[in-house]
Amino acid sequence: MTTVSLENVKFNEEGYMVDPNAWTPEIAKAIAEREGVVLTDRHWVVINYARAEFKAKGEAPTLRNITKNTDVSTKELYALFPGGPAKLAAKIAGLGKPTGCI
Amino acid sequence: MKTFLILGAGTAGTMIAIKMSRKLDPQEWKIILVDRDQNHYYQPGFIFLPFGMHKPQDVVKPKRSFVPRRVEFILSDIELVEPENSRVKLTNGREIPYDQLVIATGTDIHPEQTEGMLDGGWRKNIFDFYSFEGSVALGEFLKHWQGGRLVLNITEMPIKCPVAPLEFIFLADWYFKQRGMRDKVELIYATPLSGAFTKPRAAAAFGDMLSKRGIHVEADFNIAAVDSSRQIIVSWDEREIPYDLLVTIPTNMGAEVFERSGMGDDLNYVPTDKATLRSKNWENVWVMGDATDLPSSKAGSVVHFQLDVITENILAAIKGQPLPAAFDGHSLCYIESGDHKAAMIDFNYDTEPLPGVYPLPVVGPFSLLKETTINHWGKLAFRYMYWDMMLRGIPVPLPSKMSMAGKRP
Repeated sequence: MTTVSLENVKFNEEGYMVDPNAWTPEIAKAIAEREGVVLTDRHWVVINYARAEFKAKGEAPTLRNITKNTDVSTKELYALFPGGPAKLAAKIAGLGKPTGCI
Repeated sequence: MKTFLILGAGTAGTMIAIKMSRKLDPQEWKIILVDRDQNHYYQPGFIFLPFGMHKPQDVVKPKRSFVPRRVEFILSDIELVEPENSRVKLTNGREIPYDQLVIATGTDIHPEQTEGMLDGGWRKNIFDFYSFEGSVALGEFLKHWQGGRLVLNITEMPIKCPVAPLEFIFLADWYFKQRGMRDKVELIYATPLSGAFTKPRAAAAFGDMLSKRGIHVEADFNIAAVDSSRQIIVSWDEREIPYDLLVTIPTNMGAEVFERSGMGDDLNYVPTDKATLRSKNWENVWVMGDATDLPSSKAGSVVHFQLDVITENILAAIKGQPLPAAFDGHSLCYIESGDHKAAMIDFNYDTEPLPGVYPLPVVGPFSLLKETTINHWGKLAFRYMYWDMMLRGIPVPLPSKMSMAGKRP
């Protein structure tokens, strides 16, 4: 299976999608691949939650928000999204940088 | 008679109480100020306590002495805020219905949020300097410390005064040099940020100041746990840093009453409109200082710059007029760097800290992003301005809006 091309997707200088509404699950797979992450069901728990939070509040959730409201622990989050989980999850979910990261 | 209720008598609560006592008609308005602590702490002075540069009595005064005569001051904790009913319940049993409410309850440290932080080593070889007790205890410890590895760790952002950890490590470097034991001390700065600070220009300048002093920066370090039996801190990505002395900036959170009241975010900060300073959810609720969820620094200078904005807006709201004033996120910080010098940064929501001079172009006298002696004297003088001007309602001549004058973009 070929992944969708990111050529026509706009990113800002930090690598976050400019238009969260242009996001699709296929784009998520392609971004994940670029970031060296293979998406599993557990990744999708986080990505779907992040998308829902964004829809409700207009912002990507912070790490604390994700662990408080899903069954994913901080430890697991770091294993799923190495480095900065909240930032990487937001990136793959096509959202802006979480404000907690300022 | 209408009620103007203020929760929290710290820097923000005290200043808005003074302001409103001059603006609101006493025939029409009663002003009530609530706080659980009778002491007012000059928090920018905490940084000097561990190094014996201030004495404990320099940073504490009774809260009552700053409360205007017409304001009723109640010493109590808060049980519940009921914004739907415009009512507050205190733990002393009293219920206060309000017409306008200002939330100024600040932020506090929560070491219990990190696994193992309170097990065994707390206040023995693990200290904070964000509380009066912590700063004093650390000062006692340092007097007798023989040296070793000092690890400063920021648990997670946001924290009050994001430059204070830098000040601490700079002052520690100077303190150990003066005591002739700098060669016996290793200094590590472990931060969840990718560099020395949140904004790029300042991060570069502070990064230079750290490396010049031989302070090692461990970046992107998100602490998972403290193991006080092995004297190590562990990150979520399983890096370990051994310490002999751990100086921690624990998780900062807003007052728990906002969790109980369903008014806070994940860290119990109250969602606030970043321009008007009105609560995002209730028209007669306003939020100031550290209690907000704004993307500005949590610092006394921010409160000073918010004061005129929030006052104008509240007075307009009372008259049913549109809100005229907008806060720009202005923040101004001194960064003590040791050897009687300090740096300074001035920034807002949109403009990162830039080099240049402040507050006047060319003449300054303060220098931005640069260590000078006059900046240091500015910081020391500020303590007198705080007690004798800010908390007495005497205007400090620094305008609310950030200015580009004197800055080099």
